Amino acid sequence: MIAWLDVLIQGVLLGGLYGLFALGLSLMFGVMRLTNVAHGDIVVLAAFAAIAGVSALGGTAGSLWPLLGVSLLLLPLAFGAGYLLQRQVLNGTLGRDPLPSMVVTFGLSIVVQNALLQAFSADPRALDVGELAIHSLPLPGGLALGTLPLITFVISLAATAGLQALFGRTALGRSFRAVSDDREVAELMGLDARKVYALATALAFVLVALAGVLQAMRTTVSPGDGPLLLLFAFEAVIIGGMGSFWGTLVGALLLGVTQQIGFQFDPGWGIWFGHLVFLAVLVVRPQGLFPKTRG
Amino acid sequence: MSEIQVERVTRLSRAAAVVGVLLVGVAITLPAWGESSTMRDFVELACYFVFAMMWNLLAGYGGMVSIGQQAFFGLGGYGMLVLADHAGVNPFVAIVLAALATAALAWPLSRLAFRLQGGYFAIGTWVIAEVLRLSVANVSVVGGGSGTSLTALAGLGKGVRESVTYWMALGCVVATLVGVYLFLRSKQGLALMAIRDNETASESQGIAVGRMKLAVYIVAAGGAALAGGLYFVSTLRISPDAAFSVNWTAFAIFMVVIGGIGRIEGPIVGTLVFFFLNKAFSGYGTWYLMGLGLLAIVVTLFFKQGLWGWIQQRHGWVLFPTQRRLRL
Repeated sequence: MIAWLDVLIQGVLLGGLYGLFALGLSLMFGVMRLTNVAHGDIVVLAAFAAIAGVSALGGTAGSLWPLLGVSLLLLPLAFGAGYLLQRQVLNGTLGRDPLPSMVVTFGLSIVVQNALLQAFSADPRALDVGELAIHSLPLPGGLALGTLPLITFVISLAATAGLQALFGRTALGRSFRAVSDDREVAELMGLDARKVYALATALAFVLVALAGVLQAMRTTVSPGDGPLLLLFAFEAVIIGGMGSFWGTLVGALLLGVTQQIGFQFDPGWGIWFGHLVFLAVLVVRPQGLFPKTRG
Repeated sequence: MSEIQVERVTRLSRAAAVVGVLLVGVAITLPAWGESSTMRDFVELACYFVFAMMWNLLAGYGGMVSIGQQAFFGLGGYGMLVLADHAGVNPFVAIVLAALATAALAWPLSRLAFRLQGGYFAIGTWVIAEVLRLSVANVSVVGGGSGTSLTALAGLGKGVRESVTYWMALGCVVATLVGVYLFLRSKQGLALMAIRDNETASESQGIAVGRMKLAVYIVAAGGAALAGGLYFVSTLRISPDAAFSVNWTAFAIFMVVIGGIGRIEGPIVGTLVFFFLNKAFSGYGTWYLMGLGLLAIVVTLFFKQGLWGWIQQRHGWVLFPTQRRLRL
């Protein structure tokens, strides 16, 4: 009983990180129906950028300040990169046909993977977070909550709440919804859709960079990890149902718990289990568990 | 009053057909005078070509952009292996049987994939391929994660094996090319091209869009499986990571986009370009792959019709006319 409670807790905490992966994908698809095939590779790119940044500062040496500094620098960089990528490249690929945007982001995925392979080799790497890696909060019944997974979970929760509030209550969120609903009418009302799209991708990249840093703190990353992370993010979005960030987060938590249960049976089964549950949701409830939009 | 004529062939397409038949005639005799490395190269080229043709049919004509066609490539390979090694079927017959079985399996799988549209369809098909890869890796009869070797051909001499594999590859190429061409020129092909151009309008004209897409999905799956079976008969070794690798689809997308999507000449040109790039530059490893990725991006952004589309625009060349031209 206690053992399964532990699995549940670990799964929920893992799902928190998947939630961060998924929010960016959900945001980009929701605003402009763009499927970023390179999504997972951007997570890995951000992770390697953090690793390189910290090692350029001479490593963490038991202190988390260099990592914090690098992360604070990385987030605006990701914002700028996302903005420019959308404005200069991806905007030109949008349209009724999904093919151009998919080929371009697929190409980007291959470029990023191989650039990382060239620069960092295929060896897995991680951010050294010292004490934080093993620190945990004791719970009754001999259970323990890892401090780092808990922090990740709280960040994920805050990001979801923040995005939902941004979409529901701010002028920027209103313009995101407007271009998503009907680009032409939104443009007639004076919105510059190309700029709104660029802001959406910029925001998605900030979330992705955050997810990348946290992923490298939790475990190791290697240049070929991207596609698998993309699939996790995608599964979370579909399980949760489109159009709601809370739905995406719940989908991610379910995926995390399912994978954790699978890992209990056999270390090779966790990811497989996650995929199977995703396919089951697709069969039973293709609109996802908590859909807000139709079609 | 002059009569209206429907023109379906051009002088160039007639010439292309004659040259094509001559080329095939010469190619049949290759085992008698060619090097065995040439035959091996051709078999590899044939697998790429058949797979790319099928991806082009699916995405370029059917409008279903998939990143999961490696699912069927792998099923074709493993199906062939199981039939040949465990059921005692002749491996060359097993290639065809495995392709038919895979096509049959594509029907239930389509029920899953068709729940998603557009970009999410693409990633959904990728998940299906991953599920198959992980599932096969858990089956110990076919060697689990590390794969196994094809033993059914062990009794055959190397020369005979290579020649028959080569003829089989040649047959697959010709069958794919002629089959797709004749299909696109038929009434059904016209319906498919109408769907590609405008789904809603074609539905309103009475075309059964859903059934047509399903048919294309199934045929493309069978074709991909044919390529897979052929590939692993020539390499004699299969593993889940090689058979269900996303690189197969990545390369197919590359070939089709470079050559020109939605036209039969596209995969032909694309496969040749890819094959020679591969021969010349694959030694550069990561730099080569980065170059391929960049090339795909640049072509998509600036030459949307691909190489052959560009040639067609400039010179009006059509080797495989699928359209009907009215002449007054």
